[in-house]
Amino acid sequence: MKGWIAFLNILKKDVKTYYLKPPNISWGIIFPLSWTLMQLIRTPGGSILQLLPGLISMSVLFGTTSMLAVTITFERSGRSFDRLLLAPISLSTMVLAKIMGAVLFGVFNSFVPVIFAAFFVNLSAVNWALVLPAVFLIAATSTLMGLLIAVSAKQVFEAQTFSNFFRFPMLFLCGLFVPLSSVPIFLRPLSYCLPLTYGTDILNGAIIGAGTLSPLLCFGVLIAFALALFLLCRHNINRKWIM
Amino acid sequence: MGIVSVTNLKKTYGDFTAVDGISFEINEGEIFGLLGPNGAGKTSTINMIIGLSRPAAGEILVDGIDVRTQLKKAQAIMGIVPDESNLYNEMDGFENLCFCASLYGMRKEEREAKAVRLLEQFRLKEAGKRPFKAYSKGMRRKLTIAAALIHSPRILFLDEPTTGIDVESARQIREMIAGLKKQGTTVLLTTHYIEEAERLCDSIAFIVKGKIVASGSVPELMQSVSHGHAIQLVTDKNVESLAAELQGRFEGSRVEIRPDRSLVLVSERRIPLLPVMEFFDKKGIAVYEARELRRSLEDVFIRLTGIESAVLKKEKEKGGGGR
Repeated sequence: MKGWIAFLNILKKDVKTYYLKPPNISWGIIFPLSWTLMQLIRTPGGSILQLLPGLISMSVLFGTTSMLAVTITFERSGRSFDRLLLAPISLSTMVLAKIMGAVLFGVFNSFVPVIFAAFFVNLSAVNWALVLPAVFLIAATSTLMGLLIAVSAKQVFEAQTFSNFFRFPMLFLCGLFVPLSSVPIFLRPLSYCLPLTYGTDILNGAIIGAGTLSPLLCFGVLIAFALALFLLCRHNINRKWIM
Repeated sequence: MGIVSVTNLKKTYGDFTAVDGISFEINEGEIFGLLGPNGAGKTSTINMIIGLSRPAAGEILVDGIDVRTQLKKAQAIMGIVPDESNLYNEMDGFENLCFCASLYGMRKEEREAKAVRLLEQFRLKEAGKRPFKAYSKGMRRKLTIAAALIHSPRILFLDEPTTGIDVESARQIREMIAGLKKQGTTVLLTTHYIEEAERLCDSIAFIVKGKIVASGSVPELMQSVSHGHAIQLVTDKNVESLAAELQGRFEGSRVEIRPDRSLVLVSERRIPLLPVMEFFDKKGIAVYEARELRRSLEDVFIRLTGIESAVLKKEKEKGGGGR
């Protein structure tokens, strides 16, 4: 019960202090909206439905990775993060509470293009039972990658720079812009090492029926990625921040 | 066994040994001072006890709990005030206290009631609704201490609590520390201000280059460098001529005449005042003032460490923190 109280309050504090701030809310709305418009302008007459899996994935990826990396690096530099390390809560509870804020922010971001699309196309054929857990898992894996960066960064600008190093290559390797079958063969193994590849594939299947892998396999891989990243983050925090 | 027991504690950073096999015990309900210059190993020692740093060797027991294996259990009874006020700038005073309480699993009603009480106690009630970033340095320090007390810890770790703050806030913090002792809270205090440690602490350990060079109660430490008791007397007449007679009257004593013509009677044993007063009264000499001359903790510190206490203060003013 005590751990649960701490978890909820860390989450509440992060949402109120960081994610519900006007710059983040506007960024969370404007950024996915801009992506959507950009894609529509680039391919006039293109179906919004065709674009939706990519837009959702990008919105989640960009909404989560740098957000947690920046907030944690900010708290670390002001030493307020020490309060969490000194609290009688397990490291797992603390890590879960910290990532949950960013995950929720990512999920919120993902629905901006969905709401926008709802004005133009019929979304009744979309398999929401697959979309919702996929969005959640993409957000969780992206957030954990952000946390992994935060463990290595000392300054906020470092966290932002490191985020871009893997975020942009990931966009081009996960099958969003370039189908996996068109990715150069020597890069393809790298594509299959990225969680976003599996998340995008589920979304492609659930929204436009163009998935190439079994959703069950994709969910399994995403859960495995999330668990592995969570354990790696916990290990790195324990090793690097408790010196 | 004390509530905090540290045995052969060691910490190294590469080739540098920050803490070199120190041992000490803190008894329940006492204020224990850890004094030393910058880089002496004070903060490294505290960080190992509270779990922010891992010892290279040694044992730490807090209320019988091994910190290395049951850290979270031990942290539940600790309150920690770091050398920097590290609350959340965006949150107001009340929210900061409530958030810190929630980390210890306190329920909403309980943490809100305690937060209100602490804001009143620290005279921050008016500032409770202002964001932490708008606080003065003294107010920030007080709120950081209040946050460490929100869960009523049995042991409070205070790292340089009054450094760099205004006189009134420092006085309030010292009062609060003395009040905590009355309530039975154990306090580990590190400070650059030796007079503060002398005023507040029951026991003190002097740490220099990672080693404890002396420890004990304040009277014990005083005794270790003192060579007897001394009484200073201010009289209405020059008493230099009576020095030899006075020395003969009080066996084993020595008389010194100060430049201000006051007389100092030094003896291995404590000297009762009444016979001294009677001696002067019979000579028709009025004694206006009689007081025991005590060595200060600063004298002890200088004698044991070879470091002038002024150097300590200067180091802190330069902004140098402990490791």
